[in-house]
Amino acid sequence: MIEGILIGLKTALTFQNIFMVMVGCFFGTIIGMLPGLGPMTAIALMIPITYGFDPATGLILMAGVYYGAVFGGSTSSILLNAPGVPGTVATSFDGYPMAQQGKAGKALAIAAWSSFAGGTLAAIYLLFMAPSLSKVSLSFRSPDYFALMILGLTAIAAFSSKGQFIKAMMMVVLGLMLASVGQDSLSDITRFTFNNMNLTDGISFVLVVMATFAMSEALTIILKRNDPTAAAKQVSLTELGSIKINKEERAKMLKTIPRTSIIGFIIGVLPGAGATIASFLAYGMERNLVKDEEKEKFGKGSVHGLAAPETANNAACSGAFVPLLTLGIPGSGTTAVMLGALLGFGIQPGPRLYMTNPEIFWSVIMSMYIGMVVLLILNLPLIPYIARILAVPKNYLIPLILFFSITGIYVMSFNNFDIYLMIGIAVVATFMRLYDFPMPPLILAFVLGGLMEENLRRSLLLSDGSWTFLWDRTLTGCILVTTILIISWQIYKSIKNRNI
Amino acid sequence: MNINTTKIISLLFFIFSAFYLYTAYQIQVFTFDENAPFNAKTFPIYLGYAGLFFSGLKLILPDPNTIKVDHKNLEYKKTVILILIAIIYGATILKVGYFLTTSLFLITSYYFLGERRWWLMLLLSFPFVAAFMFLLHGILDIYLRDPFLKLLGIMG
Repeated sequence: MIEGILIGLKTALTFQNIFMVMVGCFFGTIIGMLPGLGPMTAIALMIPITYGFDPATGLILMAGVYYGAVFGGSTSSILLNAPGVPGTVATSFDGYPMAQQGKAGKALAIAAWSSFAGGTLAAIYLLFMAPSLSKVSLSFRSPDYFALMILGLTAIAAFSSKGQFIKAMMMVVLGLMLASVGQDSLSDITRFTFNNMNLTDGISFVLVVMATFAMSEALTIILKRNDPTAAAKQVSLTELGSIKINKEERAKMLKTIPRTSIIGFIIGVLPGAGATIASFLAYGMERNLVKDEEKEKFGKGSVHGLAAPETANNAACSGAFVPLLTLGIPGSGTTAVMLGALLGFGIQPGPRLYMTNPEIFWSVIMSMYIGMVVLLILNLPLIPYIARILAVPKNYLIPLILFFSITGIYVMSFNNFDIYLMIGIAVVATFMRLYDFPMPPLILAFVLGGLMEENLRRSLLLSDGSWTFLWDRTLTGCILVTTILIISWQIYKSIKNRNI
Repeated sequence: MNINTTKIISLLFFIFSAFYLYTAYQIQVFTFDENAPFNAKTFPIYLGYAGLFFSGLKLILPDPNTIKVDHKNLEYKKTVILILIAIIYGATILKVGYFLTTSLFLITSYYFLGERRWWLMLLLSFPFVAAFMFLLHGILDIYLRDPFLKLLGIMG
């Protein structure tokens, strides 16, 4: 193993490769900040370019683009409440409020350090546990995935509901309903399209997230006469962009990062689970683990609340390489694109890769890690300048948020219908937000809807229509018991506070 | 039972869930799939019932912490204008083209939000959109349909 790591490092640390990772990080950050263009698009855009290089250089360039795009996605989540990718939705829960308090630079710095630490710890887990974890990930069956998704949805409803659990569960159901629009994945039968061709492919994630977060946020600001730049006006530009993290905040991060990196990595290893579930679960777990006074700060700019999803989503990104490299199974859209690129280079990931070509295995892992280091070095000095977006007056910032939202949808489909649909969803979301209906459960449910149906289908077909699959396996049973405990706790709390 | 806006939203959601459930039952599945343990309408049917359950629960349970929104303090006029501008933008973007419609969308939005410095509004619209288009179209190779620029002979 040591020999493999050294070969990997030697390959990744040449001048050409370091230059490539810098270029990749820079372009990745820019692409990631644009709504609608996440890491998957960024890597896909780079594939034709990488074929001009040798495999190691190509992979290193992609690694830079990948981590750059993930960081770029977090940046738009924190500054504009416009997460372009599902994995950074949870980042906006506390990142955006923190930026609104005039601490945009600090929020970006916490996100950058947490991502880096999450990735570093995940790389260490990867070094020692990759082969054995691949076996664990294979032991997960459809009923376990289904139960895991129920747990994820219940957890997010519990922690984002501000005590109003039923409202949050209504949003979960609404998210799942929106996800069911379009063709059924197995039979291709169209559902809820009302003979409208534009709905045949379903509603895109970017459309829903832009409508419920960015656009509805912009409309809420106008409607409530809020000023998102008010706090930024109170502080100097230097203070707004300050990346200094004080001792107390560092201590909080040091508590959060190790535990959320573990949950992020484990969830990342499971094929199909990915960074989204990891970040939401980590956020929920962290909220339950901190002291009561810290719990109150969640959703209002909590350091724990920002560090947890950022650490977990990066750890999950690294974890996703376990099934890809050891089994040849891509666990997410991004790793599927990476698989395509690896195959293009003539590298066939799978159990034999780790046995027969350990140098390639370790080159990929090392290049991923170097991508992360370079990203930190490159982006930390840029944070004070990026944070100044919040110093843009409200009269300009709101139209620009609307412009980025609409452009994000337009470049994806070139279709007026999608723009109307986005405006419609945004108007409904704005109205519901006025009455404290939370949007995060809707988003997670929308992301998981297709996967959940797929796993329920497999489970029910395997058990011949019987729901006993929910307790037939110990693992499924354990996950389900956890879900029931969360629901019971919510009901108990609601009855105690007379607030359901 | 107090009637407040949260209850009205819950009632609307209840009606929506009932309609969703009705539509779910109307989904045409293949004949051989009709009696299968799972087909294209199974999951939507469960969702319909879940929607009815949660919205029904919200409707019948007491709501001691009612959220009160002071409608007098809400800025409806500007919000509606902004939504209308966005709808017009969506309606014209394909026919007129990205460059002109986006620039005009930005200028009108700045204006209705209270900005009156024309030089700044112009600077943050036409040149800004041109730079953004260059990034998307020129560097990232993402095709942007633009009949207006085509008419001027700027874009192919």
